[in-house]
Amino acid sequence: MKTKFMRAAFAAMAVLYAPMAMAQDAAPTVGDRINDIFAASTGWFVSLIFASLPGTNIPWIVGWLVIAALVFSLYFGFIQFRAFKHSIQLVKGDYSDPNDAGEVSHFQALATALSGTVGLGNIAGVAVAVGIGGAGATFWMILAGLLGMATKFTECTLGVKYRNEYADGSVSGGPMYYLDKGLKERGFGFGKIMAILFAVFCVLGSLGGGNMFQANQTHAAITGVTGAYPGWITGVLLAAVVFAVIVGGLKSIAQVTEKIVPFMGILYVVSALVIILMNLNHVAEAAREIFAGAFTGLGVAGGIAGALIQGFRRAAFSNEAGIGSAAIAHSAVRTKEPITEGFVSLLEPFIDTVVICTMTSLVIIITGQLITDPATGNYVLNEAGTAIATQGGTSGVGLTAAAFSSAFGWFNYVLAIAVVLFAFSTMISWSYYGLKAWTYLFGEGKGKELTFKLLFCFFIIVGAASTMGAVLDFSDAALFAMGVVNIVGLYLLMPVVKRELNSYLSRLKSGEIHKFK
Amino acid sequence: MTKPIVVAFDGSDAGRRAVSLAADLAGSSGATLVVAHVLEWSPYSFLTQEELHERHKRRAQEVSRAEQALVRPVVDDLTARGLNATGEIRYGHVAETLVEIAQAHDAGQIVIGRLGAGGLSARLFGSVAGTLAQIAPVPVTIVP
Repeated sequence: MKTKFMRAAFAAMAVLYAPMAMAQDAAPTVGDRINDIFAASTGWFVSLIFASLPGTNIPWIVGWLVIAALVFSLYFGFIQFRAFKHSIQLVKGDYSDPNDAGEVSHFQALATALSGTVGLGNIAGVAVAVGIGGAGATFWMILAGLLGMATKFTECTLGVKYRNEYADGSVSGGPMYYLDKGLKERGFGFGKIMAILFAVFCVLGSLGGGNMFQANQTHAAITGVTGAYPGWITGVLLAAVVFAVIVGGLKSIAQVTEKIVPFMGILYVVSALVIILMNLNHVAEAAREIFAGAFTGLGVAGGIAGALIQGFRRAAFSNEAGIGSAAIAHSAVRTKEPITEGFVSLLEPFIDTVVICTMTSLVIIITGQLITDPATGNYVLNEAGTAIATQGGTSGVGLTAAAFSSAFGWFNYVLAIAVVLFAFSTMISWSYYGLKAWTYLFGEGKGKELTFKLLFCFFIIVGAASTMGAVLDFSDAALFAMGVVNIVGLYLLMPVVKRELNSYLSRLKSGEIHKFK
Repeated sequence: MTKPIVVAFDGSDAGRRAVSLAADLAGSSGATLVVAHVLEWSPYSFLTQEELHERHKRRAQEVSRAEQALVRPVVDDLTARGLNATGEIRYGHVAETLVEIAQAHDAGQIVIGRLGAGGLSARLFGSVAGTLAQIAPVPVTIVP
């Protein structure tokens, strides 16, 4: 959901408003200077995280996430397919003890985690993938989403198993706790160091990908409808709203967002389905394009590898499987069996990537946004040869908007509202993840928490106002650095999950764990 | 032996009138009273991250507040009048949960105050008493 890549898409939109920005940037500003200092001191870290595998243009971090997903899928015997039905029964509450009514249900944990992950990655990110990698990218995206379900299963089980439950009844969970406690339990001495490392990256990632990038996108989405105006205005407004929620305790705003976001998501999927039904005669052709594109590339830049990389990238960046954020979100559920939350969480990449991302790409393909050469059936590339030529020359969120608007003219506005709401709910979620990492590092306490919250609000303004690429690049890198630390921990702790899984499945079979309705 | 009477109590005036009627019924028949308070709750509602992580704590607070401010004073009062009364606090859909409480206690009837939710909202969503009258497996007395 938060990538360098998407920033490129938005930068393209920003070019439209360049004259205004240029007037402001005539002299080197403080922002520029901060940017230079930042780039000089952190550039090595960014290049390290996003470095390509030797001889390819696949960033190794994407390979790291996809290989982990494949390892967990094999190790747990494709649990994402075996337990899919059981997962849905758990979300429906079939196995919930009625005496636990009033506690956090599986459904609530899943819905809240989803509102943190479903966002622009599903709307604009997919458009970037399909716009560069062609229809075939969809195939690889779905495959990565299906594999990512096993990663989520692993991390969320551990998140619940090793959470801290305090005397007052509140809970704290997530990679910090399972790296710390879990690795100690298995006799590894370096758990604490990894937990601290994760928490540091999590704070940085929450300020970057979970904040500045979202603010930046929100501004881009609003100006897409209203026309250009300075970014700091959006930043101050957003910061004021977020301040009211996380510092002022004005919970009603967050509560309203939490209620609207799922409906925006449903509206989005339903609109996509309607468009697909309206174009039913093109579905077979779209399916052919997706499969042919997946294995031949249909002439996209980089061929089959180009399609594959784009698909994998978008999936990994959209559903956050392996990043560790979901383990924090899912840790609050009320259950005696940590593994049940693992089952529930595996639905998250399915809904996010396999369903919602696929809808976006199907609509783009079916409405014929990508221009093909009628003679060969291959895509026609743009002048630079970097992406596929589209009707009207759109890319990123603009491509998605064009695809949906070709069926419903008013969809532009719905999309802009959806983007703002998705970005806002992602920011609220990440403010929480960042805070949990912050308090893990510095301890709980009103003053310490307030410091982080103020910092968080400040960075919203920075993110919306500036084009400080280096600061954003570093935050993005920190987000994926979370995935590096987290997945090392997951490899070391996966036998614990296996034990939980076997014990649970045998008790489920024997009837010891039974339905309540 | 006479079956217990479940009386729904939410702290409102209508609720008090329901308790008073139930007490009269219990006094003449010797039935035990179950003072039931249901906190509206759906496992399918949407919560924020913060609410999720504090839910267990809040639930404990909500239950103890309902216990101390609402249910216990009424139960104590009924006991002082020589009646056999217990309290029950549950989470869930109000009408459905009252039915579950009645079934759990093998109650003979349910007494509930007409809560006065009139006008548009009652037309759209139905009132608790109205729903209860339709779904309850035992006789329901609605106290105006």
